[in-house]
Amino acid sequence: MAEKIFDADGNEIILKTDHLCIQFGGLKAVNDVNLEIKKGELYGLIGPNGAGKTTVFNILTGVYKPTSGRVYLSGEDITGKSPMDVNKKGIARTFQNIRLFSNLTVLENVMVGLSNQIPCSVFESVFRLPRHKKSEKEYTERAHELLKVFGLDEFADYLASNLPYGKQRKLEIARAMATNPTLLLLDEPAAGMNPNETQELMDDITFIRKNFGITILLIEHDMKLVSGICEKLTVLNFGTELAKGNTSDVLADAEVVRAYLGE
Amino acid sequence: MGKFKNNINCIAIAAFTVIFAVLSLLGVVKASTANLLEDIAIKIILAVSLSLVVGFLGELSLGHAGFMCVGAYLGGKMSVILVEPLGNGFLTLIVSLLVGALCAAACGFLIGLPALRLRGDYLAITTLAFGEIVKTIFMNTSKESFGGPEGLTDTPRFDKNYFYIVCFVMVLVTLFVIQNLIRSKHGRALKAIRDNEIAARATGINITNYKLLGFVISAAFAGIAGVLFSFTKTNFSSQMFDYNYSIEILVIVVLGGMGSINGSIIAAVLVTFLNRYLANILTGNLAVLKDLIYALVLIAIVIYNNAPAFADFREKHNARKLIEKVKGGS
Repeated sequence: MAEKIFDADGNEIILKTDHLCIQFGGLKAVNDVNLEIKKGELYGLIGPNGAGKTTVFNILTGVYKPTSGRVYLSGEDITGKSPMDVNKKGIARTFQNIRLFSNLTVLENVMVGLSNQIPCSVFESVFRLPRHKKSEKEYTERAHELLKVFGLDEFADYLASNLPYGKQRKLEIARAMATNPTLLLLDEPAAGMNPNETQELMDDITFIRKNFGITILLIEHDMKLVSGICEKLTVLNFGTELAKGNTSDVLADAEVVRAYLGE
Repeated sequence: MGKFKNNINCIAIAAFTVIFAVLSLLGVVKASTANLLEDIAIKIILAVSLSLVVGFLGELSLGHAGFMCVGAYLGGKMSVILVEPLGNGFLTLIVSLLVGALCAAACGFLIGLPALRLRGDYLAITTLAFGEIVKTIFMNTSKESFGGPEGLTDTPRFDKNYFYIVCFVMVLVTLFVIQNLIRSKHGRALKAIRDNEIAARATGINITNYKLLGFVISAAFAGIAGVLFSFTKTNFSSQMFDYNYSIEILVIVVLGGMGSINGSIIAAVLVTFLNRYLANILTGNLAVLKDLIYALVLIAIVIYNNAPAFADFREKHNARKLIEKVKGGS
């Protein structure tokens, strides 16, 4: 187990990126990004389209290997690990364009997320040995519990693709939570939602953060959501950090306003 | 009740087998019928095993006949070797089945490896090539080893009138393994990979292991089908395990509906029956029409299955609605 990192005030740092860079051909999509996210924090990553926000997520989750720089999760270097291993280490994510298992039911989607937590071999499943039955029962129970948190329990037997858009987004979060993460990455969770749905989503995010004690990093364009729940922000523009700090300070920053609204 | 519903296909097949076994004992089952039943059982095993890869893992495989060929040759050869010391009995059969399944599974593993990197069309071409390579390799073996162009000869065969019972027992074994696999967390993982590989990866699913698992199990049962096939023939050549045969199995899976085991079973029965029936009625000069009519019937079924107008029609006039109407009326 790696040494945990602490900041000057003695708070544990869950995620730290050290001079993160990635280059695609001549394009520096992410250039020297240094994030430091404390345990339990709700952190926002914002910036205009094409600023490199999703690319940062893809580096954190192992989809891309950074050209240079390191990623530390609870002090452990996870740079370049595969998406599967990153997930097992404790980072779960959602996607900007929803990626559900569309032909599985809502319940099964969450059960897939749970599958690494209760071991059961192929042999045990095929021959229906006791551990298979026990684990299936536990999967079902825990999946129902998680669905209840997100108000999706009544849709448990629906195919994921038949859910309305807002609920699909929530299901994606539920599935990510099922993998029991320490850090949850949300990629534009409120995209395409109406104000009511956004409000519901904000409540859900606050709720899971409080009840599951997890740290959340989110990308968002909806400023109401960002200013409403994020404690700290990093603003990216053309792959570089434009500003970072407490939400209210950052949003008042003249540079940030210019990047978003133009001169 | 749920348990009964889950295994209804196994129960139906078991009941069907028992009925025919009794009829056989009474001597009412004709040799041609027994032979047709063997064919049907083998096609069901092939279709269900291919369905695991195509319907549940979501990878297009065009080389299923190749795995069957490996099973038929190696299992068949094993039985030729074993028939002297062990006699023409169950022991020979079981050892041959195991050898055929293991060899085919090993090939499945080899094909599963490129499947981790190749996608869609490219994987389809790779599996197609695999099938042709296997066929050609056995074609070019020496007469003493696998018979070369003449094929494997003198494979022992069971009593013609009863071997279909063995085949159907193997169908039940296939259904037991594949259905239990699909209805477990491992099956959910396979389907998750099919639906969205990127999300499955991010959800902590081990894509490598599951893809290999799918290919290995699918190939193993194709191998078993091959061994059974070798037991139904006294000689056969590798010529018949060509891509047409692979496509025929794929057609069954597609007709039955992707991801539906029961559909695959029904389609396997229908397609085998149709083939045999057409071959029987179209003799002499009309034989050329067989493939044409076969194709037309397949097209008709696909249209019937998928055209929106027909879907509406079935929605309005299906048996469930009729029963509800009768119940509502009384």
